[in-house]
Amino acid sequence: MLIIKDLHAEIDGKEILKGINLELKAGEVHAIMGPNGSGKSTLASVISGRDLVKVTKGKVIYKGNNLLDMSPEARSHAGIFLGFQYPIEIPGVSIINFMKTALNEHRKARGEDAISPSDFLKLMREKKALVEIDSSLVNRSVNEGFSGGEKKRNEIFQMAMLEPELAILDETDSGLDIDALRTVANGVNKLKTPKNATIVITHYQRLLDYIIPDRVHVLYKGRIVKSSGRELAMELEEKGYDWIKKELAND
Amino acid sequence: MTEVLTYKDNKLDFEDMFRKSEKTNGHVASFLRSFREEAAGSFIKSGLPGQNTTKYKYLDLDGLFSREYYYRFQQEIVHFDINHVFKCDIPNMNTKMQILLNGFYYGGQDSLVELQGGVKCGSMLQAAREMPDIFEKYYSKAVGKANDGLVDMNTALWRDGYFIYVPKNGSPGESLQVVNLVLSERNLFLQPRNMIILEEGAELNLVVCDHALSRKLSLSNSVSEIFVGANAKFDYTVLQNDHNSASQINYNFIDQGRDSRVEGNIISLHGGLIRNNHIVKLSGRGAENYLGGLNLTDGDQYIDNYVFVDHAVPDCYSEQFFKGVLDDKARGVFNGRILVQQDAQKTQAYQKNNNILLTDHARMNSNPQLEIYADDVKCTHGATVGQIDEEAMFYLRSRGIPENEARMMMMYGFAEEIIKKIKIDSLRERIEDFIARRLRGEMTRCENCSLLDR
Ligand SMILES: Nc1ncnc2c1ncn2[C@@H]1O[C@H](COP(=O)(O)OP(=O)(O)OP(=O)(O)O)[C@@H](O)[C@H]1O
Ligand SMILES: [Mg+2]
Repeated sequence: MLIIKDLHAEIDGKEILKGINLELKAGEVHAIMGPNGSGKSTLASVISGRDLVKVTKGKVIYKGNNLLDMSPEARSHAGIFLGFQYPIEIPGVSIINFMKTALNEHRKARGEDAISPSDFLKLMREKKALVEIDSSLVNRSVNEGFSGGEKKRNEIFQMAMLEPELAILDETDSGLDIDALRTVANGVNKLKTPKNATIVITHYQRLLDYIIPDRVHVLYKGRIVKSSGRELAMELEEKGYDWIKKELAND
Repeated sequence: MTEVLTYKDNKLDFEDMFRKSEKTNGHVASFLRSFREEAAGSFIKSGLPGQNTTKYKYLDLDGLFSREYYYRFQQEIVHFDINHVFKCDIPNMNTKMQILLNGFYYGGQDSLVELQGGVKCGSMLQAAREMPDIFEKYYSKAVGKANDGLVDMNTALWRDGYFIYVPKNGSPGESLQVVNLVLSERNLFLQPRNMIILEEGAELNLVVCDHALSRKLSLSNSVSEIFVGANAKFDYTVLQNDHNSASQINYNFIDQGRDSRVEGNIISLHGGLIRNNHIVKLSGRGAENYLGGLNLTDGDQYIDNYVFVDHAVPDCYSEQFFKGVLDDKARGVFNGRILVQQDAQKTQAYQKNNNILLTDHARMNSNPQLEIYADDVKCTHGATVGQIDEEAMFYLRSRGIPENEARMMMMYGFAEEIIKKIKIDSLRERIEDFIARRLRGEMTRCENCSLLDR
């Protein structure tokens, strides 16, 4: 589904990603871990098409297409979704209006008619229940004045509405209380099908108790320095990153 | 009677105009004469406010007045029924509509209209004749010593305008609407003078639509005095939607009594040049004033809002929230000044001006100021001038919303913070619709208004 080859990328002339290689198949869940500032969010930005990040070398192929040629909206229509580490506030735009517009743009891209108001309300109700988001939130402006946890729940709600094929969840677990973490993880699991794939960026092994990863990667200084099964997450939780840094120094 | 407003030797020939005006002014209430003479005297001394003053730093009034305009001393005879060609079509808006045509009350200067609750409205000139006691009690009291040449000019030369009177504890039961139409085959200079009086405990909702439809140049210098008595409530929405060839300078002097509440929203959708002066005096304890403003400008348009709020007594609240979206080579100015006088303890005053510039050529000058002489107050002010938020743009696009649509949504959201305050539902919906179309670059005037644009 997704193939990343020797990806180099920079922000303001500073190289952040220094040769990433990653392959993800439909039905898989991959976790990306790594110290602060190692480039995890930058990688997510490249995949979702943020032009702040400049790709200088390498390829990103999604379902056989060159992803780097596509606009962010085209990537979204093609099934890519990014759950933001820091969701953005948009004053004056209600979640309802936001989601209706987004959904209809997706339908337009597929050559379908706009959704009927009653179907839209039904869909909203269903997805709200799935992520247990408070009804009063969806009438408010997008993320404006939301608590940290509410913002993250709202990301998963949007994901549920748009039903992506490839979801990248950038630290969706941080800021969530234990119950919310379970709810959000359940939401993600319920949305899982053999046809879609998920990249979970996290600092904590706890999320991976709920969302079981097929692979765990460690991103360090712009490179994937270690990839293994889910036991790697537990090892990291226990020992931190120092042993990996040492291993690298010894190499 | 029509005279040409002349500008020669780098100066407006005001004296000549005033002399001619006085010759035909004999029939107007005699007590007004001393006001006119005094104002004329001040104008002759001061002339037009220059760009060396902070108040008019960005606006070249001499440039504006040096064009040729005609000034009418009397209502022009029109050969069509305005009510046939103009009908405000906002659905379900139950309002009593009054029209000012080129600054003169249209449809009967001979007597005021009496509405429910003892409310009277009609021509300013007629009010001076018909209700001299009330008129004299209030006239020019909110203006006071304005120290402003344009206000003096209006006082010296005005010929008509609209008048609304709401007696003690009265209310007309429905909203009133005033439509300011400018429609002329010649370049026009207008000077309406308006007065709105709410006695103690009175209530009034007013919608004012400024529609200068004329393709010819027009310049309006209007002064409104608004008196809001103790416990009275005044809610007004101003919709400014003028032709590019129109310039308008408005002065709203608001004087508020104890525990009164005024809420105003000024929506400037279109206009060649608009300068609004909002001059508020909170003179009774517990008075509250909210003022919201939104302007959407493009092309070569110029929109300038000047706000002065005088907290003269304790326990008052004031809030000004102005927003602007500037496209192309549009220019905007926000000049806000809050004065908290020494005795005005427990004042709460908030002022905010946020702007989005859509191009590198658009310009915004924002200058909020606080002047505080009391010590126990809560005051904040701030201004931002920025571009469309790139992070928000990416957020929307990452959900599949194309760039143009995303920009629209954000600008609309930006505007919505002001629009949502408008209380008349049908009016708010119409304005929302205007704004959506305005932001899409489509025609924005009311269809029926545009009928007049011939
Ligand atoms: N907008 C930006 N401008 C300049 N530098 C940036 C910008 N965004 C990220 N960087 C830099 O890129 C590097 C990688 O940042 P990134 O956000 O990808 O890290 P991360 O792995 O997601 O970290 P964290 O775990 O703290 O979220 C950091 O050094 C960061 O300072
Ligand atoms: Mg990050």
